[in-house]
Amino acid sequence: MDSNQNNSRGQSANLSSNPLYYQFGSDNPLLSMGMQQPFHPFTSPFGASSSTNIPQMDWNPGTMLDNLSFIEEKIRQVKDVIRTMVDNGGQLTYRPGELGQQQQAVNADLTCLIVQLISTAGSLLPSLKNSSFLSHPPAGHMEMANHVGSSSSMVPNTAAHSEDNNEDLCSPEDYEELFKGFTDGAVEDTEIENVLVEEQDTKDGDEGGDAGMDGDNLPPGSYELLQLERDEILAPHTHFCSICGKGFKRDANLRMHMRGHGDEYKSPAALAKPPRDASAEHAPVKRYSCPFIGCKRNKLHKNFQPLKTILCVKNHYKRSHCEKSHTCSRCHTKKFSVMADLKTHEKHCGRDKWLCSCGTSFSRKDKLFAHVALFQGHTPALPSDEPKDSSDQVGLPGSHQEPAKLASSVGSFMWGNSSGDDSALDVKGLDSCSDDFLSTANFGSFNFSFGQLDEFVYAVPSRSIEAGSGMPATASEHEASLTDWSIC
Amino acid sequence: MKRSPPLPAQHVRGGNIVISTPPLLGRSHQESMAMTSHRQPKRRRFSPAPASPPLDLLADELLFLVLDRVAAADPRALKSFALASRACHAAESRHRRVLRPLRAELLPAALARYPSATSLDLSLCARVTDAALSAVSAASPSNLRAVDLSRSSGFGAAGLAALSKASPDLVDLDLSNGVDLGDVAAAEVGRVRRLQRLSLSRCKPLTDMGLGCVAVGCPDLRELSLKWCLGLTDLGLKLLAHKCKKLRTLDLSYVMISKNSFPAIMKLPNLEVLTLVGCTGIDDDALGSLEKDCNKTLQVLDISHCQNATEAGVSSIVKSIPNLSELNLSYCCPITPSMVSSFHRIPNLQILKLEGCKFMADGLKSIGRSCGSVRELSLSKCSGVTDAELSFVVSRLNNLLKLDITCCRNITDVSIASITSSCTSLTSLRMESCAHVSSEGLRLIGKHCCHLEELDLTDNDLDDEGLKAIARCSKLSSLKVGICLKISDEGLTHIGKACPELRDIDLYRCGGISDDGVTQLAQGCTKLESINLSYCTDITDRSLMALSKCAKLNTLEIRGCPRVSSCGIAEVAMGCRLLSKLDIKKCFEINDVGMLYISQFSHSLRQINLSYCSVTDIGLLSLSSICGLQNMTIIHLAGITPNGLIAALMVCGGLTKVKLNAAFKSMMPPHMLRNVEARGCVFQWINKPYKVELEPCDVWKQQSRDVLVR
Repeated sequence: MDSNQNNSRGQSANLSSNPLYYQFGSDNPLLSMGMQQPFHPFTSPFGASSSTNIPQMDWNPGTMLDNLSFIEEKIRQVKDVIRTMVDNGGQLTYRPGELGQQQQAVNADLTCLIVQLISTAGSLLPSLKNSSFLSHPPAGHMEMANHVGSSSSMVPNTAAHSEDNNEDLCSPEDYEELFKGFTDGAVEDTEIENVLVEEQDTKDGDEGGDAGMDGDNLPPGSYELLQLERDEILAPHTHFCSICGKGFKRDANLRMHMRGHGDEYKSPAALAKPPRDASAEHAPVKRYSCPFIGCKRNKLHKNFQPLKTILCVKNHYKRSHCEKSHTCSRCHTKKFSVMADLKTHEKHCGRDKWLCSCGTSFSRKDKLFAHVALFQGHTPALPSDEPKDSSDQVGLPGSHQEPAKLASSVGSFMWGNSSGDDSALDVKGLDSCSDDFLSTANFGSFNFSFGQLDEFVYAVPSRSIEAGSGMPATASEHEASLTDWSIC
Repeated sequence: MKRSPPLPAQHVRGGNIVISTPPLLGRSHQESMAMTSHRQPKRRRFSPAPASPPLDLLADELLFLVLDRVAAADPRALKSFALASRACHAAESRHRRVLRPLRAELLPAALARYPSATSLDLSLCARVTDAALSAVSAASPSNLRAVDLSRSSGFGAAGLAALSKASPDLVDLDLSNGVDLGDVAAAEVGRVRRLQRLSLSRCKPLTDMGLGCVAVGCPDLRELSLKWCLGLTDLGLKLLAHKCKKLRTLDLSYVMISKNSFPAIMKLPNLEVLTLVGCTGIDDDALGSLEKDCNKTLQVLDISHCQNATEAGVSSIVKSIPNLSELNLSYCCPITPSMVSSFHRIPNLQILKLEGCKFMADGLKSIGRSCGSVRELSLSKCSGVTDAELSFVVSRLNNLLKLDITCCRNITDVSIASITSSCTSLTSLRMESCAHVSSEGLRLIGKHCCHLEELDLTDNDLDDEGLKAIARCSKLSSLKVGICLKISDEGLTHIGKACPELRDIDLYRCGGISDDGVTQLAQGCTKLESINLSYCTDITDRSLMALSKCAKLNTLEIRGCPRVSSCGIAEVAMGCRLLSKLDIKKCFEINDVGMLYISQFSHSLRQINLSYCSVTDIGLLSLSSICGLQNMTIIHLAGITPNGLIAALMVCGGLTKVKLNAAFKSMMPPHMLRNVEARGCVFQWINKPYKVELEPCDVWKQQSRDVLVR
């Protein structure tokens, strides 16, 4: 631990192996057993202690190699200890207390090993990477950038986007060749990664949407305002340079890009997560503006509300100002501009079985009942057992065809109404125009419902019921039956 | 009818023939005259016209008046009336309001014949199909206001849809026991906009969705039962409370109601009766969640069997319902003085039911202090009821009219003395199995409480002196003195002479009585409707002959009276034409002859127990000609063969429940059984050992006491 603390940032390039040296150098295995602390950082890799230099777990082949050799070494040490225990066990020179201590130490060591193994393996998973992404402070800054080290996936977003930067830096494709061997295994499947990242984007977007209300409403001027251009926002990038804001498809490309910003970005340690407490107060807060003129999130709007992170920008822009190109493969009606929204919707699509007689569908029963309680004449509608298309035609006494018909006629309207009831569905509203949405869109929708209701009510009596079929009602039976009257 | 004893059989048979043979369909004048003259004695009382001019001349209004009187005297006479003449037939058709068909298939004809019927009671039809219900819509404009489907099965949403469409004015719909009815059916019910009274009890598949449909569709609901609707949750109940503001009576027994919807229900502005039996979700939180004086209309609250309610909850709920008049806390929680003292907040409390409760020290006393207005108190099966506390309570409750101290086994003559001295206006006293009360104590009851109408002294030490005292209660209508071994004919004679209003008497296992006593009783109590003489082994046909004079008798239980024979049964069948329930188990002498009489005369018979009788296939087949027969128990009948049994079952279309020897199950063709079951009949296969000998009453009583001690 002490040795770790002594490491300065400049040395960080080789630091990941330092604990190993320390352990390795100790002759007495018991002594090293007592020194569990060096491994501690593995359990909380983002523990934000500036002095701990963490053997990086991100997918950096060099780091990975270091980690593995560390594990190997560690296993050897544990073996040594146990061997000594076995040797001494025959002579019974240890007091019982000592033996117990040793056992505890071995236990702790093994636990440490397991943790290390898991976290090493975990660094291969994109989801882990992304969660580390999220745990980062939303905006990077210069001081932070100094600390930013080996973990390129943890690079905070910046949007100091300038055309010049592009020319200064090597294009990502150049590096792609270089790192192909390394990157292919890990982040080849960009689509999966996109999905995962974007799902988190949704949450980020929500945060951004709440920004105006949650007390984080910074006064204008207290933050650095950035505005990315449309092309940049819509580029399928998931890794962004914390300095210039340039986006990359692959983390490796970003890392190579970072080298272009100076030597300090070349070491893996420098890419480690910077200590938040140390740097937070110095950092100029960054906020983002939507490039769409007239949008509330655009800096020219009089009630401008900035977006918090670059992810918020991306999601906001796509949801509010882009075509909804992703269509649900189940219902073929709902469309989304953000892939993650579609995925979330598809999880629930078809399960909106809580129907109202007005045609509105709900994902949750309590929402339906609140709706029914609110409006006169609206009734919970039961899902028809028969397939809808057949029941539409047949004049069955069972009554559930009207809701089905209405539902299709209501069409696009439906989801305006239902988007308020489920976080999965309110993808549209909350970032940009939540106020408007609640006040006007919903109101309109209610009017619409009333219109439908009238139709519904009048439709009921006109239904024909073929109920009398097969009734024995001939005259002779009629006469004969009279005898059987019980006169009570 | 009872005034023409010699040929009643012919009369009834004649009535049947009228329909089936062509000559009488024409209703020749002579025939109709014969019928009218037959009814002459009755008609002369109400109608100025003697027998000679045909009834056709009378105005409808007069005929209707006659009809009402006739129906009031003997409902069965309406049939004869309708057959008297064309005019009578038409008048009866137009005047009848209530239909109770025996077979649902006859609904179209019935509705066509009785256009002004407003109430359709299908309780005799075990199986009502959707097609039968849609006949209602086939019939021209239906005036039906009430439909009772509580005993029927076999219909579903489609039938209800037809019903709701055809009867837009339906006000009262009973769908109890529709264990297959779910949301779809409820949605159809929701189309009956004017519905005011609805029972959906035991519609177990019902969920919030269906209830929502009903709540939205029937805003006028005043009375609703959702008992045993286990699929309901707070959501649906909240919606109900929100939509049906006119609800007055609501039964939510065994429903999963919790504190989330309880306040909403309690805030219903017109709620008067709320039943919450066995609602485990009603706990102290729920009961305490209401503000003071939250509901000023509620009069009856039943939270019996709510195991999670305790003293604290009960104390807090009474604050919110100041106008409560009836409170049922049976099997709910221990009764403590502090809880009872909170009842001073409900000054109008009149009925307090605390059955099966455990009384803490002074709990009962505080009832006397806090509930002075109570008129009806039930302490049945309570533990902790002592002489001192009970005496104190009754001394304070001067208005007490009904008292139930069944199985309060610790009380003695002391309590009885104070009850009889303090509550002289008691109309009902139930004290079964108060073993420590002596004969002398029981005599006090008759001496002081002469307003009694209902008295239950089952399994007590009552003797003839006690009965003699009880005979002072001239308004006595129900007397239960079963397992009172000391009473004899002498005591019964006193009752027979002094209690003309007696309708129901229970003499179960009164081994000391014989024919003389029963004869005296039957002669005095001509209004008798129900008598239980089971295991009174000395009873013979003479008793039944006497009882046959009680024309209103509908329930006769003579189980274990081995000296009764078919002759007695024949007399009863001919005399008691309203007989609907007959138990002749272990009357070994009764054979097919008795059954022939029963089938001939007892057309109202609904339920019969024939176990151990000497009845054979013939008797069983003749019994099955009784259309309304619903319930049969046929166990250990030596003369029954599987073929005879199945024939009887196939003929008897209205059966709903049949108990049979388990041995028969394998002997009867399964498809036949399935056929019978498809008509709505349920089989119970009994596997009891064959046991002929009857223990003497005292041995039996001692055995039951021994069980108690153990």
